[in-house]
Amino acid sequence: MAPFVQPSEAEKQRRRIVGVNAETVTDVGSTDFPGHYPGEDHSWDAEKFADTFQVNFHKNEKFNSSFSLVGIDAAVANAFRRIMIAEIPTVAIEYCFVMNNTSIIQDEVLCQRIGLVPFKGSPQGIREWLKWYKKPAEDAPKDDQFNTCFDYNTIRLTLNVECTRNPDAARGETDPHKAYHNAHVYAKDIKYEPFGRQHKYFSGEGAIAPAYPDILIAKMRPGQCIDIEMHAIKGVGSDHAKFSPVATASYRLLPVINITKPILGKDAEKFARCFPRGVIGLETVSEKEAKAGTPYEGHAGEKKAVVLDAMKDTVSRECLRHEEFKDKVKLGRIRDHFIFSVESTGQWESDELFLESINLLKAKCQKLKSALDDMNV
Amino acid sequence: MAPAKTKKSAKVVASQEEDITMDDAPVAPQEHEDEEGEEVAGEDQAPPEDEDTLEQRITVLPGGTEQAASFQLKEEDHTLGNALRYIIMKNPDVEFCGYSIPHPSEALMNIRIQTYDGTAKDALSKGLDDLMDLCDVVAGKFQIARDGYMNSEAGKADQPEA
Repeated sequence: MAPFVQPSEAEKQRRRIVGVNAETVTDVGSTDFPGHYPGEDHSWDAEKFADTFQVNFHKNEKFNSSFSLVGIDAAVANAFRRIMIAEIPTVAIEYCFVMNNTSIIQDEVLCQRIGLVPFKGSPQGIREWLKWYKKPAEDAPKDDQFNTCFDYNTIRLTLNVECTRNPDAARGETDPHKAYHNAHVYAKDIKYEPFGRQHKYFSGEGAIAPAYPDILIAKMRPGQCIDIEMHAIKGVGSDHAKFSPVATASYRLLPVINITKPILGKDAEKFARCFPRGVIGLETVSEKEAKAGTPYEGHAGEKKAVVLDAMKDTVSRECLRHEEFKDKVKLGRIRDHFIFSVESTGQWESDELFLESINLLKAKCQKLKSALDDMNV
Repeated sequence: MAPAKTKKSAKVVASQEEDITMDDAPVAPQEHEDEEGEEVAGEDQAPPEDEDTLEQRITVLPGGTEQAASFQLKEEDHTLGNALRYIIMKNPDVEFCGYSIPHPSEALMNIRIQTYDGTAKDALSKGLDDLMDLCDVVAGKFQIARDGYMNSEAGKADQPEA
């Protein structure tokens, strides 16, 4: 077989770009498949992938991180994103037993709100020790309703608050916080009730508690009370969004701005205003650049538009709406440069979430592989 | 044929019988098929503990040949479907690979593989292996990048104090 053809670097770069025009988007799909370009090798090679694939971090706060994956296909990047949203398990309240609720917020609405409160707790306890809760059989007798609840699959929580008048408040006080006790019910009022072996995993720093204590759950007035017992279980985002460990897990492609012909003087200023701040900068054309025969000939000392940081761009395409920039700029995005943004709800750390999504994808493959090996074909 | 054959393995054999009417379907593997069918029946009698392996998660849809087959994967969606399609298409022995979710309210994903060389099942198996290798590379690089970033951030934070 003939040796493989190597495309030039310029050609490789050209292939990476998705064109963004005023009304159309071009070259959307990947073309890095065997047989697409005659004579070229595009077969999967883990070593080649390891050489070209890159990760760059932009931000790594505990619950909010941003990083770039460069040299990976959208199919795989999207798999990681989808797994982060819908398949990484977290603990959330699933069952509410309303003993008493005399507040004006209806039982079902209150329970729905409670279910959405994100919780934190010992990572080891939640991820390794805590198991999936299995629903009791549909036709199980009433006494057996909780025969599948164990310390290793159910977290018990209670919310018991009563609103009372504050006898120390000034006469005519209008601020409910001062006039009453417990006028506002917050997430921090939900108390964790460990049982069985749970104290081993969920005590001290690792106790189960709302990730954000100041989430407002309900408002009350003197004489009203709420008394609810809750069971939190492990679940996944594909079942209900409350189990999703991320507020957002998204990616965007790195924008490219290619200034093909000089944009000078007043036009350059206008051009810079077409983009978010910091994307386009103004530089003075030097004598050297303005040599005869170059596009800048005779423009020494004028301001020219240069691209400072394309990553900050939103690709609004505003610059394509103006006649004076016609044919002077080409917008695009890099098809295999994914700028991820992972914002956690507090049960997982953002960077761990991404690593866990990789683990889950791998585990999925592993399971299917053994199922395939067992298959009688 | 094994008497305790499960419904599913019977279905697969039925599809194989359809296949032998086609001229290029091999006859020899038929007996091999039956042996494996027995194995599956044996497994059903003593179910393993892991719930996922209790029922067959992959089935071959009827009407395929060795080199061109559609597989049905239970409890899978676009997450694995598209990633698997990509990695299988990277295999030079594969002529065609595509996936579909026949109905949005059924948790089923169909993946079609046609090969120039080798069997469709091998291509699927290689795809899963390659995807696992890819995961390892991504995880490794991600950890290195994160640790590097955290160290440089810690360095930046230390500098003003020093």
